[in-house]
Amino acid sequence: MRTLGRIEDPPATLAVPRAGAPRRRRRSGALLGALGAVAILLVLAGAWELYADLSGIDPAILPPPHAVAKAAWVDRGLLWSNLRVTGGEVLLGILVAGAAGFVLPIALHLSLPLRRSVYPLLVVSQVIPVVLIAPLLVTWLGFGIAPKLVVIGLVCFFPIVVTTLDALSRVDPELPKLMRTLDASRLRILRHVELPAALPGLFSGAKVAVTFAPIGAVFAEWVGSSAGVGHLVQQAIPQLLTARAYAAVLILSAFAIALFGLLTLAERLLVPWAHEPRQGRTR
Amino acid sequence: MDGVRVEAVERSFRGARREQDVVALRGMDLRAAPGEIVAVVGESGCGKSTLLELICGLQEPDAGSVAADPAVLMPQRDLLLPWASALDNAALALRVRGVPAPAARERARPWFERFGLGGFEATPPRALSGGMRQRVAFVRTLLADKPVLALDEPFAALDALTRQEMQGWLARALAAEPRTVVLVTHDVEEAVVLADRVVVMSPRPGRAVAEVDVELPRPRHRTDAAVVALREQALEALGAPA
Repeated sequence: MRTLGRIEDPPATLAVPRAGAPRRRRRSGALLGALGAVAILLVLAGAWELYADLSGIDPAILPPPHAVAKAAWVDRGLLWSNLRVTGGEVLLGILVAGAAGFVLPIALHLSLPLRRSVYPLLVVSQVIPVVLIAPLLVTWLGFGIAPKLVVIGLVCFFPIVVTTLDALSRVDPELPKLMRTLDASRLRILRHVELPAALPGLFSGAKVAVTFAPIGAVFAEWVGSSAGVGHLVQQAIPQLLTARAYAAVLILSAFAIALFGLLTLAERLLVPWAHEPRQGRTR
Repeated sequence: MDGVRVEAVERSFRGARREQDVVALRGMDLRAAPGEIVAVVGESGCGKSTLLELICGLQEPDAGSVAADPAVLMPQRDLLLPWASALDNAALALRVRGVPAPAARERARPWFERFGLGGFEATPPRALSGGMRQRVAFVRTLLADKPVLALDEPFAALDALTRQEMQGWLARALAAEPRTVVLVTHDVEEAVVLADRVVVMSPRPGRAVAEVDVELPRPRHRTDAAVVALREQALEALGAPA
């Protein structure tokens, strides 16, 4: 390379967001939001307590919150051991759904005929009520974790497929052209452009999926199992231990919220570009 | 080395119905000698981008012939990848040809110093100004190691002030790194300031209707009397009201 004077223009302007005040404001905003959520929950719990105490409703139908809290404490060992079972199923199920929900859209993206023929079938797989096939799954796969993973995978992979396909289709159509003039092979375009572009879709889909996964797990346990939150609820209700059933579901909800939070955090760390405003894209 | 030779090219696109078919180019001729900077000006929709895609081999002509040395496209939008640093974006041209990441970065790094991007290697594209993004895109274009650069309105998305700065910058960069350049633009002034020759295209179906040789010393300024005169000449050929 020949040595040359530096080719540059007058001091370049930078558009780096300033740290400091705005960030502090954002943090205090998050704190306020959390406080608001807690306040709303407290109001709802209060209304629930008043209704359960004053309306004369059978506590076996609707236990008051204080009874639920008491059951959560008294049965904590039982709840914990069952939550571990269901939590494990949910985690593994999300992983299965995430893997299927990432690989499948890429295959569909690469092949138009595949997309045309398989996409409608995916929709069909979502319309079939799980109730219909759950007994069949238990017959085939037994009372272990396998039928639960199938049910969770079935309810969870679809939102991931849809959002990942969406993310892939939002890749700028000019970009593959540019890549071709850079002599990029199809595989390298996939690796350097499309796979990273699909990641934000995977995360959005997974965030929707974690809210479905506990429902899927509880339902699958309901149909046939010897442990887990669904099993616990199924045992508790005929014994009129409704407060225990509520406590179990409450703890499962907390678990789902924690998972959602973890995914949001991972998303912020791994795909920070996905939710920032696009600059310099005027057309 | 042949540079670029486009002869009697016709290219049309199918519409949904027959009468919606669009003839983008008809009887288009263009010649760029090796090392020559040719600007192509014309109204929007006159087939300029189609011309560049033909030169880059992204499309085939329906009739006529296109012979060109290997060409790389630099599109109007920088198309930098938001997940990669400025340096990795520039190095992409090497990465996609199988060069390992460390080696690709080492080859891209000197260009950052030369193009006033030093210190911004690790910066993500979203934190760069429009002019800097376009320079990173230009480094990526150069690292493609192609004799022909096909520049598709590279500064159209920039604000007026930055655009002028970048035109001066590109003139200096091309003086230092001579390539065969086909620069498509709708900015006649940009064409006269940068090019050795300006080709004026007709509205669709596009073909070359006039040529203006720009035999002026560099650096040129938009306010030079000779530049202004040639600009008026080219505008007249475009059919703009005087």
